Parts: sequence; C-alpha cells; structure tokens
Amino acid sequence: MSSETKQILTTDGIPLELSLKKAERKNKIKAFLLVTPLLLFLFITYVFPIGEMFTRSVDDKMVTNMLPKTFKAMEKWDGKELPPEEVFAGFYFDFKVLVENQTQGKLGQRLNKEKNGFNSIVKKLMRQIKRNKIDETVSIKEQIMKVHKRWRTVEYWQAIKRTAPPYTMAKYLKGMDMYFAPDGSIAQVDEDRRIHRILWLRTLEIALFVTIFCFLMGYPIAHLLATLPMKYSNLLMICVLLPFWTSLLVRTASWMILLQQQGLVNDFIVMIGLVADDNRPTMMYNKVGTYVAMTQILLPFMVLPLYSVMKTISPSLMRAGKSLGGTPFVAFWKIYFPLTIPGIGAGCLLVFILAIGYYITPALVGGASGTLISNQIAYHMKATLDWSFASAMGLMLLSGVLVIYWIYNKLVGVDNIKLG
Amino acid sequence: MALPTYTETRYRIWHYFYIAICTFVFFFLIAPLFVIFPLSFNAEEFLVFSEGMKRLDPDAFSFRWYHEMVYGTKNPWGLAAKNSFIIAIFATIGSIILGTLAALGLSSRHMPYKGLIMAVLISPMIVPLIISGVAIFFFMAKVGLAATHTGIVLAHIILGTPFVVITVTATLSGFDHSVTRAASSLGSNPFNTFMKITLPLILPGVISGGLFAFVTSFDEVVVVLFLAGLENTTIPVQMWTGLREQLSPTILAVATCLIVLSTLILVTAELLRRRSERLRGINR
Repeated sequence: MSSETKQILTTDGIPLELSLKKAERKNKIKAFLLVTPLLLFLFITYVFPIGEMFTRSVDDKMVTNMLPKTFKAMEKWDGKELPPEEVFAGFYFDFKVLVENQTQGKLGQRLNKEKNGFNSIVKKLMRQIKRNKIDETVSIKEQIMKVHKRWRTVEYWQAIKRTAPPYTMAKYLKGMDMYFAPDGSIAQVDEDRRIHRILWLRTLEIALFVTIFCFLMGYPIAHLLATLPMKYSNLLMICVLLPFWTSLLVRTASWMILLQQQGLVNDFIVMIGLVADDNRPTMMYNKVGTYVAMTQILLPFMVLPLYSVMKTISPSLMRAGKSLGGTPFVAFWKIYFPLTIPGIGAGCLLVFILAIGYYITPALVGGASGTLISNQIAYHMKATLDWSFASAMGLMLLSGVLVIYWIYNKLVGVDNIKLG
Repeated sequence: MALPTYTETRYRIWHYFYIAICTFVFFFLIAPLFVIFPLSFNAEEFLVFSEGMKRLDPDAFSFRWYHEMVYGTKNPWGLAAKNSFIIAIFATIGSIILGTLAALGLSSRHMPYKGLIMAVLISPMIVPLIISGVAIFFFMAKVGLAATHTGIVLAHIILGTPFVVITVTATLSGFDHSVTRAASSLGSNPFNTFMKITLPLILPGVISGGLFAFVTSFDEVVVVLFLAGLENTTIPVQMWTGLREQLSPTILAVATCLIVLSTLILVTAELLRRRSERLRGINR
C-alpha cells in the first residue's frame, strides 16, 4: 500500500491535516490580535517604564561623560601612587571645558559624594583656571598639585577613578546599607546609620503579622459565611463587601478618628477602667495604628478567597467524619481544614503581596516608627529627588513581590483570582 | 445556627466562643465606617463626640460641614469632584474596551502562551502601587503627559484593566460557544454576532469589571500624587492633603458622601453578580 492512499483529503484536494493546521493557525492569530491592543498598551506605558527604572537605577554616566580624556589616560595608571602627567593633563583639559560650560559644580557635588572634601578643591581649581593662572606650556601636574594639598593626595585620584564606569550598583548597596569602600570592596555602613535594613525588616514584619492577623480573623467569619443559610450569609456578606468597596482614604480617616488620644477606642478603655484618664495610650502614629488599620483594610482580601473555597466543601463530609467516631475537633482538623488550604494559600499570599507595598495607610497613621519601605521610596521621589535611588529600592521591592507573585501563580493561578 | 440538643457542654461553650469571635470581627470590619456618619454632622470643629452629641441634643448637630463642602470659600472639593468623575469615567471606558477585547482573546482555546500573557495583564494589580507610580511617572514625564488629565486617565486605564480582564474571563468561562457558532451559521458576520449575541450575555461581567475599574480610578491616590498638578487634583488627593495637614470635619462630610456612593456601587455589583450567576445557571 502506498502512503498516499492513507492520507485523507479535503474536497479541494489539500490533505486534511494541513487544512486543519491552517485553520488552527488562523484561530490563534485571531485570538492573539484581540489581546494585542492591551498588551501593546501595557508594554509601552508600563512594562518598558519599569525596565527603564533599572537603567536609571544603575546609571552613572555623568562623570564618565564629563571627564573622557581623564579616564582614557587613567587606563594606564595602576592607582597605587599619584597618577602620571598625562592623567593630570587630561583632567585639566576636561575640567577646562566644564568651566567654560559652567557645569563644574555638578562634578564637584558628585565627587564629593565619593569622597568628602572634593567640593572645595574643585572650586579652588576653577578659580585658578578662570584667572588663567595655569600655564599649559609647562608641567600641568606640578601646577595642579600646588592648588591644594588634596590634589597631591592619591586617595582623591582613586576616588575619581572609581567614578569611571558608566554603570554602578552603588544605589542597590545603599538600599541595603552598604557601600563601596575606597579599595573597591563592599563595606557595611556604621551600625547607628543602618536605616534601610531596619525599614526592610519592619516592612516584612508588618506584612507578615498583618497576614497572620487577617488569617486569624478571616478564617472564622469565612467559615460562618459559608455554613450559614443563604439569607443570613448574604446580609453578613455586606459587612465584608462594604469596606471592600469603600475608599481607602475614608477607612484610614475613620481609624484616625477612632485611634486618636480623645478617640472612641481610648474612651472605651478608660471607661472599662483599663487605664486612667490622664494616662491614655498613644495608638496612632506608631506601629499599633499601622497594624490595626491595615488588618481591617486587608481583611476582605482574606475572607473572599477563603469563602469561595469553603463554599465548595460539602457539609456531609464533616457529618461523615463525626459519624465515624471523630469528635467535632478531630473532624474539623482532619477533614475540613486540609480542604481549605488552597483558600488559605490564596488569601495569605494576596494579603501579603498587598501589605508589603502599602503606602497610604502607614504614611497617615504610621508616624515615624510605622512607616514602610514604600514611604521611603516616595520620600526619595518627592523630597530628595534622588530618583535613581528610588528606582533601585523600588526594583528591590518589586523583585520580592514578583517572587511571591510567581508562587501565587503556580499555586493558585492568576486566572483563579475571584473578585466580590 | 442552632445546636443539636445532644451537644456536649464543652462544644456548646466552644460554639458560643466562636459566635463571639465572629461577632467581634464583623463589628471590627463595619463599625469604623459608621463612626464617620454622626461626626460629619458635628456642629463643632473638633473630630470628637461633643457632650451635646452624647446627650443627642439637636443643637449639637448641623449640616455646617456639608454646607462648607459645597459653598466654602476657596474650597477645592468642587474642582476635585469634577476631575475625579471625568478621569474615572474615561478610565472606565478605556479599561472596558481594552480589557474586554483581551478577555475575549484569552478565553479562546486557541490562545497561545495563555498563562504568561495573563500574568502580564494582571501585573498592574499585583505590583505595589508606589512602583507603578514611579514607572508611570517616568513615562508620562518623558512623553509630556505629566500633570494632564490625559496622563492620569492613561495611568488609571493601566490600573483598571486587570479587573475587567478578570471579571470578563470569569463570565466567559461559563459561556456556551455554540450560540456564536449558531449565529455564524445563520449568516451573521463576526461583528454582529458579538454585538447581538456575545455582548448581551457577558454584559454583567463587563459592567461589574467596569465598576471595579471605576472605583479603582475614583479611589486611586498614589499614582495621581506623582502625576497631578494643581489643576488635576482629585477627591482622594484632597483627602490625603487634608488628612495630613488640617484634619477638618469637611473631610468627614466628603467621606460620608463617598460611603453612600460605595454603598450604591456595592448594591449594583451584587445585583449584577446574581444576575450573571442566574444566566450562567440557565446555560448549564
């Protein structure tokens, strides 16, 4: 038998297999074209800008562009003793261009960050050049060294050399309270100045505890909602959904009113005699405020996934467990609880992801000891204008969130997120 | 939940303990919203219950702050409300169009790389807002759309589409594709099939996704704080500045209005969800 007879042909003589493949490809393209507008839009306005944050965070081209001749000459310098005449000459001609363009101030500031004391000697050199005190026909090295004793110090030239690469990881190190030591190794910031590490740990701690609180409070009510008859549970569901739909700022405002010194919570604990009237505890502008407000705000995100899983568990399973001799506790622990684990995973991951990037609520009720890493990012975006540092911290936070997102996607699947 | 008569005492105690916990949690969830209500009618300037209010003295209550909210001199709420509504409406329309198209593509069983693409489309909902804010700000500043309504609308479309994609794909998961095939076999072109068959069936999902997108935009403050100039201020931005600087009862009046609005949206969303479940029930 020849192979041609086995092949099934369509009416127009094309093998069926090919014809089907063609139709399949057409459908694929059709489906993809429907997604394309949103995908393109997101890539242009969102995904690429996030990528751009990365280039911004490692960018260190400013000095590289300002001192091209210097760095060319420095390639041959071993960095142990004072650099040779060519480096001084290269630096002099680069610097002269900067003085003509009046941009030498930026160089001074940037180098000052690398090593203290640069600002003043850059200014001093600038004045000498403006007065035409430097004679280009004789040794430039000798003349620059005469301007200030720091120009005769090898550490300052090493500092300039360190700024040569157009990219730097310095901002990422700074985000973890580390820096490049003069010899190029990575060193720790002094113990009393390690602010960022405290912030990272606090962010993790608050996100973790908020997740635990949400779980402890969300599990019982999700269980109640799932087991009550429809007409009662629908009514109680409003208690979960109304906060969910209400503005975040409204909910934060209500906590600010409740938790203030003369607020209702304080009134209540004074009334039941827990504390004296003149000794009201501060519950706002510290961690307590952040915990309480964030737990209430994120609780619906725990209850809804738990509820949707519990709804699918048949009550007869528990009855079977009990009829086989298990006490209610055993039946719950061995049968019901394991079945709810997918919901627990979904709820906890969702709450944790949302909590770790929280900004508004900690900024309003957190005070100094309740602020999180997001607040620090916003601070550098708006106050210090150190955008590259803000980008670096943002990306460090993002990489953490993406890892959890990936786990979430593996365990739950993003297309299984339920809303409302 | 009545307990059977044969329940042992310790389980009885446990049951009442459980009910007590649940009551406490429900109270914890809902009570804060109701604090705002009476305080917004406070006749005095302080954000605490005055003696008069505790005695339910009618003189202690007034519409003073609502009056202030609407007619107050140099007050920003009018402009903020106008901006908020304009931005939210356009952002919702944009999110619905882009999100529904994408959901239709994603629900097709021929869609390649479904999981990966879905993960990208949902990411604006997962990525911390502060990072989205920084990235979007860099983009808008580069193309010259910072401090414009257009820029904020585009930003809110980014943040709103994941909700539409999720709700519409959920609705489409119960969708019976034979009805569209029937329409095609009866000679309808794809556009007509979509408008007359598919859209009416998935409409509840589209609208509830749109509601999510609307609320997201209407409530969004982090990205707007980066993007907005004085002209583009919105209600959440005004509340944010108010809560940080001068905590006045006018904010509570605004907050009360927002709670009323969110109640309306909740009711609509619930009705839609039930309708959608009913429709899908018939399909099965």
